[in-house]
Amino acid sequence: MRGSAEVVSRLFGCRQQIYNRPIMAIIEIQGLAKSYRVYQKKEGLAASVKGLFRRRYREVEAVRGIDLQVEAGEFVAFLGPNGAGKTTTLKLLSGVINPTRGTATVMGHVPWKRENNYRRRFALVMGQKNQLWWDLPAQESFRLHQQIYQISPEDFRRNFDELADLLEIRNLVQQPVRELSLGERMKMELIAALLHSPEVLFLDEPTIGLDVIAQHNIQQFLKYYQEQRGITILLTSHYMKDVAALCQRVVIIAEGELKYDGSLAGIIEEFSRHKVVTLHLSDTQSSGDIRSFGEIISNEHPKVKLRIPRNQVGQTISKILATYVIEDIAVEDPPLEELIADFFSQVSREKNTAAGNADDQGGVR
Amino acid sequence: MYVRARTWWTIFRIGVEERLVYRADFALGTLMRFLPIITQVFLWGAVFESVKHVSGGDRVAGYTYQNMVAYYLLTMISRAFSSMPGLASGVSSQIRNGEIKKFLIQPVDLIGFMLLNRIAHKLVYYVVAIFPFAAVFWICKDFFADWPAGKLVEAGWSSADIMLVYVISLLLGFLLGFFLEICIGLIGFWFLEVTSLLFVYMLLNFFLSGHMFPLDMLPSWAETIVDLFPLKYLAYYPAAIFLGQLGPDEVITGLWIEIGWLLMFMVLARLMYWFGVKQYSAFGG
Repeated sequence: MRGSAEVVSRLFGCRQQIYNRPIMAIIEIQGLAKSYRVYQKKEGLAASVKGLFRRRYREVEAVRGIDLQVEAGEFVAFLGPNGAGKTTTLKLLSGVINPTRGTATVMGHVPWKRENNYRRRFALVMGQKNQLWWDLPAQESFRLHQQIYQISPEDFRRNFDELADLLEIRNLVQQPVRELSLGERMKMELIAALLHSPEVLFLDEPTIGLDVIAQHNIQQFLKYYQEQRGITILLTSHYMKDVAALCQRVVIIAEGELKYDGSLAGIIEEFSRHKVVTLHLSDTQSSGDIRSFGEIISNEHPKVKLRIPRNQVGQTISKILATYVIEDIAVEDPPLEELIADFFSQVSREKNTAAGNADDQGGVR
Repeated sequence: MYVRARTWWTIFRIGVEERLVYRADFALGTLMRFLPIITQVFLWGAVFESVKHVSGGDRVAGYTYQNMVAYYLLTMISRAFSSMPGLASGVSSQIRNGEIKKFLIQPVDLIGFMLLNRIAHKLVYYVVAIFPFAAVFWICKDFFADWPAGKLVEAGWSSADIMLVYVISLLLGFLLGFFLEICIGLIGFWFLEVTSLLFVYMLLNFFLSGHMFPLDMLPSWAETIVDLFPLKYLAYYPAAIFLGQLGPDEVITGLWIEIGWLLMFMVLARLMYWFGVKQYSAFGG
């Protein structure tokens, strides 16, 4: 065995090294924080004039110390309400902005050093006018990428053919980008981002504004491509469907902090304090005083939906069974969307109270 | 090196294609450039007429009517090289709307990219504009009847020598115009809006480049001021070389000073871009 490994290593020099390398995180983030200075202006003309001479700035902490490790080949979703710091994190990791504190490495590179060696190994898709030339057919933008990323003609051909077939856009590459639909443009953005076979891909809201079919297409594509190539993808999205379809791992960011890191299913364990119990009473049975067992979500005789605290589910059900004649019973977790929406609104309520306090103290530099 | 050249070529080619998309805008823009010259021809015609009436001379500040019209036609050519429509405003709006991210993420240099793009735009412009230009110069050929003339010919320069220096001054004018405007555009890293600044620049440019009148018409104190600016190289200087308004020494020294300005703005653009990106990544994004 040893001998053959040596032959392999001689034949494929560098490749062997990659496989023998101890498995380490491809993305390592420690205490990463970013704050912006935002110009504060009060309402009205007088305030505008005042602003000409003395500007009030407020420090906004977009990201406040995130620790995260991502292994190669993971597909990670960043969830969070607007302004939670998801996009800022992606910008930090792609080197568009420098952090205020903390460290991060992606494939061993510090992103904000913006080395060309790093730039050739990742891609960022953020918005739709990022990489494509608006007035020209997408084909031209792809050719440009071939040159600036130094993709060999063979690789270019192969990658382009694969991507064009997967995304079914072959007949559209000759059309000016501005004439394409939103969904088609996003597909072109993805191709432009993937032509140089990046090992790490950052996607900021890849399905925003798309119809259900286009969303589904993009999801299917990302899923397939990620599995085939084993690349590492970090994605931010508002659509739980995206996340459920694609990511084994979910990171919830709110208020610039990491609130949860784990599987999608784990979110329920973490955030759900209730179960939804649906009772199908027998026709003759009146629902009577059923509200004493839990909070009623809906009561459409003979179907009753109750919200019951997680830790009391067993106890309560046996009581119900003892009291009522039940034809059918179902115990479910509340829908994920609801859980996350609840969590987000809870966070934003806390934020509003906190912001109110901060305003009283000034927060002015 | 070969790889680089290929990249440059692709950027250049795409710039050409992009330019060809807007045919109508392009044709109209080219035509509009010729309108002001008509007013100039008539205006100066009237001026010279009245000068003749009053003092009986046929020269204004050393220029004959022929010279004057020829000068305007030539500044049109100078400006076809040195004017950069939409460059500064384009760069600053890219900074404002975040498109600049592209140059932080992809392995491509903003200034080099813009330069190639601009060369492409200019070349497309020349290919198309050469026809109306040729037509106008043919119609106005009488204004150039005594060319070559002036100080360079007196000093023994051949027409080929003059043409060579003229072309060099045009090319340098292109580069100087480019780096000047890119610097103005890069100010967008610090001030989100550069429109008013650009307006001031265009105003200064209009007067100090010689676009409005030949700079050697100015009293000497004003000429000293004009000499402090690099703007005269954008319109006046090539035309003055062509018409022989400058002697050999002035021409050569002038070219060296122009190269000095060019290098300064090249370095300045680099520095501004470097500090600008630093600023952008620290506060904006």
